[in-house]
Amino acid sequence: MSRNNAMTVQLKVWRQKDAKSEGKFEIYSLAGVSENMSFLEMLDLLNEDLTKKGTPPVEFESDCREGICGTCSCAINGQAHGPVRGTATCQLYMRAFKDGDTIVIEPWRAGAFPVIKDLVVDRSSLDRLITVGGYTGAKTGPHADANAMLVPKDDAEKSMDAAACIGCGACVAACPNSSASLFMSAKITHLAMLPQGHALRERRVLRMVEQMDKEGFGHCTNIGECQAACPKEIKIDTIALMKREYFKAAMKQ
Amino acid sequence: MTIKLDSRIPAGSVQEKWDRFKSEMKLVNPANKRKHTIIVVGTGLAGASASASLAEQGYKVKTFCLHDSPRRAHSIAAQGGINAAKNYMNDGDSVYRLFYDTVKGGDYRAREANVYRLAQVSADIIDQSVAAGVPFAREYSGELANRSFGGTQVSRTFYARGQTGQQLLIGAYQALMKQVDEGGVELQTLREMVDLVVVDGKARGVIMRNLITGELEKHVADAVVLATGGYGRVFFLSTNAFNSNGTAIWRAHKRGALFGNPCFTQIHPTCIPVSGDHQSKLTLMSESLRNDGRVWVPKKKEDCGKHPSEIADEDRDYYLERRYPAFGNLVPRDVASRAAKQVCDEGRGVGESRVAVYLDFRDAIKRLGESVVREKYGNLFDMYHEITAENPYEVPMRIYPAVHYTMGGLWVDYHLMSNIPGLFVLGEANFSDHGANRLGASALMQGLADGYFVIPFTLTNYLASNKFEPLKTDAPAFKQAEADVRKRIDHIIALSKKGGARTVMEIYRELGKIMWENVGMERTDAGLKAAIQKIQKLRAEFHNGIKLVIPAEDKERNQLFEVALRVEDFLELGELMAIDALQRTESCGGHFRAESQQDDGEAKRDDENFSFVAAWEFTGDPSKPVLHKEQLVFDYVHPTTRSYK
Repeated sequence: MSRNNAMTVQLKVWRQKDAKSEGKFEIYSLAGVSENMSFLEMLDLLNEDLTKKGTPPVEFESDCREGICGTCSCAINGQAHGPVRGTATCQLYMRAFKDGDTIVIEPWRAGAFPVIKDLVVDRSSLDRLITVGGYTGAKTGPHADANAMLVPKDDAEKSMDAAACIGCGACVAACPNSSASLFMSAKITHLAMLPQGHALRERRVLRMVEQMDKEGFGHCTNIGECQAACPKEIKIDTIALMKREYFKAAMKQ
Repeated sequence: MTIKLDSRIPAGSVQEKWDRFKSEMKLVNPANKRKHTIIVVGTGLAGASASASLAEQGYKVKTFCLHDSPRRAHSIAAQGGINAAKNYMNDGDSVYRLFYDTVKGGDYRAREANVYRLAQVSADIIDQSVAAGVPFAREYSGELANRSFGGTQVSRTFYARGQTGQQLLIGAYQALMKQVDEGGVELQTLREMVDLVVVDGKARGVIMRNLITGELEKHVADAVVLATGGYGRVFFLSTNAFNSNGTAIWRAHKRGALFGNPCFTQIHPTCIPVSGDHQSKLTLMSESLRNDGRVWVPKKKEDCGKHPSEIADEDRDYYLERRYPAFGNLVPRDVASRAAKQVCDEGRGVGESRVAVYLDFRDAIKRLGESVVREKYGNLFDMYHEITAENPYEVPMRIYPAVHYTMGGLWVDYHLMSNIPGLFVLGEANFSDHGANRLGASALMQGLADGYFVIPFTLTNYLASNKFEPLKTDAPAFKQAEADVRKRIDHIIALSKKGGARTVMEIYRELGKIMWENVGMERTDAGLKAAIQKIQKLRAEFHNGIKLVIPAEDKERNQLFEVALRVEDFLELGELMAIDALQRTESCGGHFRAESQQDDGEAKRDDENFSFVAAWEFTGDPSKPVLHKEQLVFDYVHPTTRSYK
């Protein structure tokens, strides 16, 4: 756990002024990188270096820096959230790289995620998917006692597995079709596994799928890249469940 | 300004107060509700639940957040759980006991009436959250599971694995998004509040900065609700998110809102220790780990460098179990944090830095088996492993306290309204419920209590009791506030053009270091006075020139510029925290003054002189705030020395 063996890495970073401008890669050499730094702390160091040289810093997003808020993104060497499975970019540590490595850092590429600047993309399309149906519909006020309706433990666990989605959009970025199916199915599964989610069950899946098309997300063709990129390791079984839910709801219409 | 602090606590016994308020409050006719616009700033548990609840009632709600999505607010990172007086475990819990534990846990520096209401509505929060689809942990019977948490002897904590904050926030966020769909809420993301607009003494709007374009935007409302979280990031290193900041409440403070108990900071005992100078944030390991993990350091300094497995049981000092046999590893956070500092100060810390203690699961794994431990804490163990590259199933975790929460915040009355009429403050942003120390799993409870179950009533009462003149964004107060913000922004741009010896981040780290060393776990008269001087000097350096690159005259996204604006405020807020800590010469809760301790090193409170809320008024000079006092009265939970022995 020594802090002294600092590395030097070559960073090939996507720079783009805004959605309308053309972007291009810039190459920066960064010294003094410790293996105990997180990937984002390495980018902090890059920005300190750039600031001291009078170069505009690289815009990248982050917030909690512990893998739960879903703010950080970036494709690192072509992989959404980088080479380590089951982690977000903020949980990637520089010990995953070696001295002298070249690291390619890009924003997420998807039609429904326009670039805002450099590595920052607009993911509001994901929020709009939730807006049309990702809720139970319960209003604030008195409700039945929480234990009035029993939920089998296994169902609650399955619901929680899906509800763990952090809304980062890695599934979209990793999918060759830029499909948001894993994101959507995570929400649909979360609520379908709980009795509280049943009142709006059919309306939810129909409206969300319709919105998905409007936003320009692609469809699922069972490639599975989404599952591999998901920092919360949400399974594509949820997509199968979503398709069943959609089929049942559509048949009833 | 003459300020009269009126906490507006309803009459009657503590059990009757909230019901009495609700039955006597004024109502707004449903048809008139849509005529009222309410601004909500922040979309954490308090802001999201308030926005959804107010919109459901029919108010026109404008909600703002500085993230790209409301779901990213830092409530999401809360791990362990949410307290509620459901007594599902049949272990003697009740509303009164939760109230009692919270007042005692807060070391008798919270308002009894507020805390009682919090305990009363706690059970409703669980019902509400289950209805919203929060997948709480359950037993095989299908009923909800509970666990115990520090500072209490009952199991009243509901949880969703180690992601309780995330699940509760997603529940509130989804209700908010439903209101967006139905037109009840107009949501604007990537906006940061940079000023409050006060018209004829009432809060009537805000100035927001568009974080993509740098534009300033003016918004008018009949009331403003701040739910912008705490200010722990003044310490630079904390468990708070990178973008969490104190600007919204500080700007409101500068417009006249009193700041309550700014020095009350919670240092959480179980965080992953600092690993180097590059560190940008600290990661919490949920307090729930203390249910099964045992905290220890070697008895002898010579053993500190050894591998823990080489240290025999008789050479280990399980110091919490030794000092506090009744609560053991489950003592409240302030007690556990200070005890860790003491053993490290004695030279018995572990790890490369020697500034850490062990949290050991060896015995739990032996007793329960690795699979049970994995089921309970798996995600936390994984997180620890990722960060430190050490496997906690095999070697004990190394932990050390870190800044986690600020109990202080804007002063509010029983209605959660500040001294500026129409400015309401919810959640961590207010000072109200936790006194000098917050118990574990109570932040989520308070955020949702304020947003779901308090503000819909108290804000309605305010709107029904006041008349609102029509107002537009071209009113003089709005123009003035916008001009003031513009001047500030131009000033920072000028500072960046001028240049300086250090970058904004370097100055920010330095501020954090001053705060941690002098206004952290242990505070002294000399240290606080030194901190005030150092902060003033640092502030002068900042205002003399900084290294900062601002492309396109602030018309593009520039996050380091956002940081500069926040640091400018932290350089003032930090001084107020030190000034407040200096005047409070007692020790209480998270505020430990070295001069005020018992013979055995425990905190010594001074109820005779300090049983008050310190509410500070901004005077124009950040070094010369004026102190107002709200005396605290304890009719039910009589202050005694807090003992967990």
